[in-house]
Amino acid sequence: MLAALISLLTTTGIVYALVKETIVFFGDVGLGEFLFGTKWTPLFGEPSFGVLPLILGTFATTLIALVVAIPLGLAAAIYLSEYARPRVRKTVKPMLELLAGVPTIVFGYFALTFFTPEVLRRFLHMDVAIFNALAAGIVIGFLIIPIVASISEDSMRSVPQALREGAFGLGASKFQVTLRVVFPAALSGIVASIVLAMSRAVGETMVVLIAGGQQPQWGADVGKSMETLTAFIGATAKGDAATGSTAYKTIFAVGTTLFVITLVMNLISIRFVRRYRQVYE
Amino acid sequence: MSTHQDAIGRASGSQRAKDLAFRLTLLACLALAIGLLVVLLVDVALDGAGALSWDFINNFTSITADKAGIQAGLWGTIWLMGVCACFIVPVGVATAIYLEEYGDPAKWWNRLIELNVQNLAAVPSIVYGILGLAFLVRGPLSLGNVVLAGGLTLALLVLPMVIIAGREALRAVPSSIREGSMALGATQWQTIWRQVLPAAVPGIATGVILALSRAIGETAPLIVVGAVAVIAFNPDGLDSQFTAMPIQIFDWISRASNNVNDYRPLAAAGILVLMVLLLAMNGVAIWLRNRYEQKW
Repeated sequence: MLAALISLLTTTGIVYALVKETIVFFGDVGLGEFLFGTKWTPLFGEPSFGVLPLILGTFATTLIALVVAIPLGLAAAIYLSEYARPRVRKTVKPMLELLAGVPTIVFGYFALTFFTPEVLRRFLHMDVAIFNALAAGIVIGFLIIPIVASISEDSMRSVPQALREGAFGLGASKFQVTLRVVFPAALSGIVASIVLAMSRAVGETMVVLIAGGQQPQWGADVGKSMETLTAFIGATAKGDAATGSTAYKTIFAVGTTLFVITLVMNLISIRFVRRYRQVYE
Repeated sequence: MSTHQDAIGRASGSQRAKDLAFRLTLLACLALAIGLLVVLLVDVALDGAGALSWDFINNFTSITADKAGIQAGLWGTIWLMGVCACFIVPVGVATAIYLEEYGDPAKWWNRLIELNVQNLAAVPSIVYGILGLAFLVRGPLSLGNVVLAGGLTLALLVLPMVIIAGREALRAVPSSIREGSMALGATQWQTIWRQVLPAAVPGIATGVILALSRAIGETAPLIVVGAVAVIAFNPDGLDSQFTAMPIQIFDWISRASNNVNDYRPLAAAGILVLMVLLLAMNGVAIWLRNRYEQKW
């Protein structure tokens, strides 16, 4: 059963591919410049390799996405788990899962052709560039709502009925039971869903590539273009970079950065779930 | 849940008002999330309906927008899915069988493989693109930017999904079936091949279809492995250059965003074709699940 080894080989392959070219990259560029430089212009005549603007762009879009997705996703989860009748749940949950199955390029199209011009500019009268981090972030938020909603709902439903009935017996209202009993009991699953959604948002490529623009920014003007780690990789690879060229090497260095960030998040999530998991019979 | 309704009835008046407000807020949030899906689909449908025709499906892309079509992308996608399926079915099923039937979870390497599969499922798709670029397109295998490299990259991306679904399907087969088969003198391999696997086929098939429907919409890894956007032929083999529907759509969106607005309806029409394929695949998966669902 050597097939099982393929999954191991894939990981090894990813790590090896990233590390090998990244080492070559750091032969040319100092680690300090890469990690702490605030100017990212690798393909200019006088290149500068500070990755911080890309990381800032990634965190800005991710933060905006979470601000949208956490309240909406959790509210949907609470409603479906605690309030909705079974029939409503059975029709609404597949619809949310359908939302999760829509390819991300569709969300990119939506952000660029509908959200920025119609919602942000015409409806909210905001003065934003056509490529901007705000629209990209909000639309990524829509895209991760189903992750938050679906996993949180599962974890709230697995809270034993006896806990709810005990609280009702003590005279608590439905509102109190939901927020003070069910919600804390399901916290580990809820946090896990948020961390998973966050790592999806960090790794999301198409929306930021289409709607977020390709100007790295060392500032916090979300109405303008902010390039993210993923958008840089996508935009550079599209130009068919030749092996050994600077552009080719930067793809790997930026890819390594992205991989490390998402890996750390996954490990935190696994840790968190183990630590706070409540075991009921 | 009538007991809960009674409990609310007993709460005081201000509590009841709070309850109602909370409930309405929740409902509004849920409606907003579902409403977004509707707006998204309606927006794409309105943009794309005009450009959708048989010509659109039969033509190749073109520098004049009203002659452009998605044929190369459609066939490219079909080829990619073929390569992907040929890889994920045997490898995914074999891994699932190993982990579920043979692997001893107490051994450290089996736990490592398991943890590894979980972690792989959360690696951003564009990183798989980088893997494909470094190993398949260039480097050790040097296949070039061809169908085989693109299909294998997508296959590695969705492999964890197939493994996880396969394991669940195998786990759902009750151990009494295995024990019965063994008691009749079958070897472990005969038991798996003739009893357990056939019983798990619907679950595995559902997992494979869902994995393919994830792969069909993936754009980012294909951009990195070098799918070509402007191409006027269908792939004629594994070593042929290719495009795919999402790549074609991405190219049209990029043109539209450079103010060549004729391409916008094309992009939307391409999305419609992609969504129809996707819904069809999901429909088949749900049908399979309901049709062959077994209660042991």
